[in-house]
Amino acid sequence: MHEMSLAVAVVEQVDGALRDEPPGTVETVRLQVGELAGVVPDALHFSFTLACEGTVLEGAALHIDTVPGRARCTPCGAEWATGMPPRLHCPDCRSTAAALVAGRELQIVSVHRADHGTVPAPTPASEEN
Amino acid sequence: MCRVVDLQQAVLAENDRRALTLRTELAARGTTAVNLLSSPGSGKTALLEAELTLARSRGVPVAALTADLATENDARRLGRSGAPVKQILTDGLCHLEAEMLRGHLDGWLPDGTRVLFVENVGNLVCPATYDLGETLRVALCSVTEGEDKPLKYPTAFGLAHLVLVTKSDLADAVGFDESAFRAHVQQINPGVETVLTSTRTGEGAGVLLEHALAAHGNAPAHRPVMARQAPPREHHHTHSHHDGAVHSHS
Ligand SMILES: [Zn+2]
Repeated sequence: MHEMSLAVAVVEQVDGALRDEPPGTVETVRLQVGELAGVVPDALHFSFTLACEGTVLEGAALHIDTVPGRARCTPCGAEWATGMPPRLHCPDCRSTAAALVAGRELQIVSVHRADHGTVPAPTPASEEN
Repeated sequence: MCRVVDLQQAVLAENDRRALTLRTELAARGTTAVNLLSSPGSGKTALLEAELTLARSRGVPVAALTADLATENDARRLGRSGAPVKQILTDGLCHLEAEMLRGHLDGWLPDGTRVLFVENVGNLVCPATYDLGETLRVALCSVTEGEDKPLKYPTAFGLAHLVLVTKSDLADAVGFDESAFRAHVQQINPGVETVLTSTRTGEGAGVLLEHALAAHGNAPAHRPVMARQAPPREHHHTHSHHDGAVHSHS
């Protein structure tokens, strides 16, 4: 189950990226996972929880946005949903020269975090709230 | 106070970076790496042993790393060919990563090795996600595994530069539907070559070695659709007020 390796990579990258940020709690990690990335989202959720234990991400939730596979024909420009298992020849002109528009993503998009203790000094604009 | 930190980092960025470095280094040494993916029991080791033996008889310097835990005797068996062979112990890990491969090559891979065969861990799921710095990725499947196999493992077959069917001598006995298998492979990897092999009859002997020798530097002959990223659409500003239909200009 390579989802465990992927989850560990996510935790390491998020940990590294937040090193220069003020301390805080990571509430959510948002991932994009393409339909053709060869990853089982349920396995990734399970692995993520384990991989977070004992790290700065402990207790964080994983949010996965699934990206449908899309391909485009190079000669005729037609674009189609690949489906799963994918169909990767052009449905219009039958050409085998196509490329993916989307579907292989395995991307850490963003992290939602709550800062600890550090309440920023109110600015004149925020005093109205 | 809650904040959103934008990261936009590829999860596999580190592996991909190491794989690219390794591919470049191997190319500079004149070595082509071949990544072999299959399920356990596909006959991958027997095929690799035959190809190593053939390479030795032709005087082509080859070497092999094997991570297949299905049979612990793989390294000894492959070593009968006379080629340098090393067993990779993965400690139960289900796939190889570029950095692991790198660690095994340092101080072992003989200078002048023309082709390095890497027998990945025996499964068609996990290894498919990891670029090892190979120039040629080969997916193998025996006739006994059925013609639907490529559809069940689209990443492994979809990213392959070559598909090999093993144990073709058993095709009739198990009712292997070759045309259906080929159609399934073409559905997910249009244009990829599929070759039937049998170490018993000698069908397809040498095809793996020849594809490896033909893949110069870091450019395999076939580029799978699944490995190609479409360029951004060109915007035709003159049509910007139209309904978004695709305009083609010839
Ligand atoms: Zn087309």
